[in-house]
Amino acid sequence: MFAAAILALLITVSLLLARAVLGPTVFDRLLATNTIGTCTVLLLAVIGFLTGRPEFLDLALVYGLLNLVGTVAVLKFFHDSKLGERHRKEEAT
Amino acid sequence: MTTLLIDFLSWTCLLAGGLFCAIGALGLLRMPDFYTRMHAASVTDTVGAGLILLGLILQAGLTLVAVKLAMIGLLLFFSGPVAGHALVKAAMGRGLAPLLANPDSAGADSRTFSTEQGQALLDEEEAPSKP
Repeated sequence: MFAAAILALLITVSLLLARAVLGPTVFDRLLATNTIGTCTVLLLAVIGFLTGRPEFLDLALVYGLLNLVGTVAVLKFFHDSKLGERHRKEEAT
Repeated sequence: MTTLLIDFLSWTCLLAGGLFCAIGALGLLRMPDFYTRMHAASVTDTVGAGLILLGLILQAGLTLVAVKLAMIGLLLFFSGPVAGHALVKAAMGRGLAPLLANPDSAGADSRTFSTEQGQALLDEEEAPSKP
């Protein structure tokens, strides 16, 4: 049954990966990446139970924290429009 | 008897959680618009993760492992809304317009932008190699 849950999570991750590759805007890609991170946390927890090694839960916790920090950092980068410097220069000239 | 019942509940939770995760991912792939995709992704983040963690907690019983799983659940419970709010705020700030159902936007698809900056973002996406 753990294997079934892992299979479902792997299907989920592959679908999300397709959206991350296809996604028309950068926000679609970020949304898919964030959800892949959530699924990876769950996948690590289930793998820990499947192999009988509860140490995987610590990895899952750390991965969840890193996922949150990474997503918020990238979004802050986009929200403050540091990537828009090129457009501002074009408007100025 | 009790262990059998707990096992049954745990398997049910795990399978339902995996199913909800897959449904959320399918929605994220099939929905027409960024904001509707956001809505689909929340299924994976809430119900899917919650049910899978609940199934694992039922397997673990009253141990430290269950406490760690509860901590993971708490982390996902708080980080999901934070990341979602930041995503939508950044998207609105960049001028990504939601897909509306009125006749004026009948020909518009999910790649409609409300501002010139958003249009520039789309152009950048379409031709990344363009200088």
